[in-house]
Amino acid sequence: MKNYWQIFKKGIVAENPIFVLALSLCPALAVTSSATTALTMGLSVMFVISMNNIVVSLTRKVVNPKVRVPVYITSIATIVTVVQLVLQAYAPDLYDALGIYLALIVVFAIILARAESFASKNKVIPSFFDGFGMGTGFCVALVIIGIIRELLGAGSIFGVKILGDWYNAPLIMILPAGGFILIGYLVAGWKILTTHMEKKQAERGEA
Amino acid sequence: MEYLTLFLGAVVVNNFVLTKFLGLCIFFGVSKNLSASVGMGMAVTAVMVMSSALAWLVYHFILFPFGLTFMTTAVFVLLIASFVQLLEMVIKKHAPALYNMWGIYLLLIATNCIVLSVPLLNIESNYGFLLSLVNAVGSGLGFALAIILMASCREKLRLADVPKSLEGIGIAFILAGMLALAFLGFSGMI
Repeated sequence: MKNYWQIFKKGIVAENPIFVLALSLCPALAVTSSATTALTMGLSVMFVISMNNIVVSLTRKVVNPKVRVPVYITSIATIVTVVQLVLQAYAPDLYDALGIYLALIVVFAIILARAESFASKNKVIPSFFDGFGMGTGFCVALVIIGIIRELLGAGSIFGVKILGDWYNAPLIMILPAGGFILIGYLVAGWKILTTHMEKKQAERGEA
Repeated sequence: MEYLTLFLGAVVVNNFVLTKFLGLCIFFGVSKNLSASVGMGMAVTAVMVMSSALAWLVYHFILFPFGLTFMTTAVFVLLIASFVQLLEMVIKKHAPALYNMWGIYLLLIATNCIVLSVPLLNIESNYGFLLSLVNAVGSGLGFALAIILMASCREKLRLADVPKSLEGIGIAFILAGMLALAFLGFSGMI
């Protein structure tokens, strides 16, 4: 059990897809101008990456390595289509808000990377936890960015007004430029945090 | 006139990288080096135009008439990936010099959001065949412009004294933010 926890945890902090690996950045900026869309995107990716890891892991002995990439893409595209249809049916507003970025989950580097580097070599259950952890790390990063941008740019979180009328929201946080700059500083902050944690861990290991 | 507006709009006003955040993986990955950025920009433009044309034909002659539009995403991604693979083989066989220059970029583009998004956006906005092509050329050149600007800045940045925690991808993001801010100046133009 502890093993699975390790696999799960590494996706969230040490190998966070956005802040550390810097993969799949497009959605991290495009859908994070509000926390709600960021959360929807995060959950969709979490679902796709976990399911795809299961599929890839189940079929890893049948698929010829030469054609593995097209097979992965087909599997991802199928799962994404399911997510698209479900969202379109049950949450049309969110579907419109995410727009083209939902379809673009198909080409997220992080999903293909996990399939290639983990799921194709491991059993089903660890693969699921790997995908789940990476997806959670992705989701957490997206929601952090979404909350900061919505709070600073519109004075609210998840559409609920937090800051009163006195707050004169700077539009830049909602605009692309603000998103880029914010992520730059978040990446730096994450780096400081992880080096600090590693140092702590090393000290504990020695003691 | 319509064509010109769409073209300029795609190059500067709705620049794919800096206002729509597409193609960021290559944008940050390749822009460390100026000559590689030029190659990448050209390769993306070429692939984008060809795959847009192909995708438009497939959508309007196969997917739409047979009512398979819900499969658009899946079909497009496979279409583009296999097309790029094929292109790579053809270039390798018939133009080895070109392959040495561009070959490595082609594989990187095969599954990339910027190449997939242009055909999808063309379908979404109901562009005709020619308009789709114009949009693809504009978007590709816009991408090339952004990545070349970025690479030029990052080459200068190598000599700068950057705080340790911001090194690498952190400062690159902030730089991209500045570029996006500059491109904001175009937004009232069309």
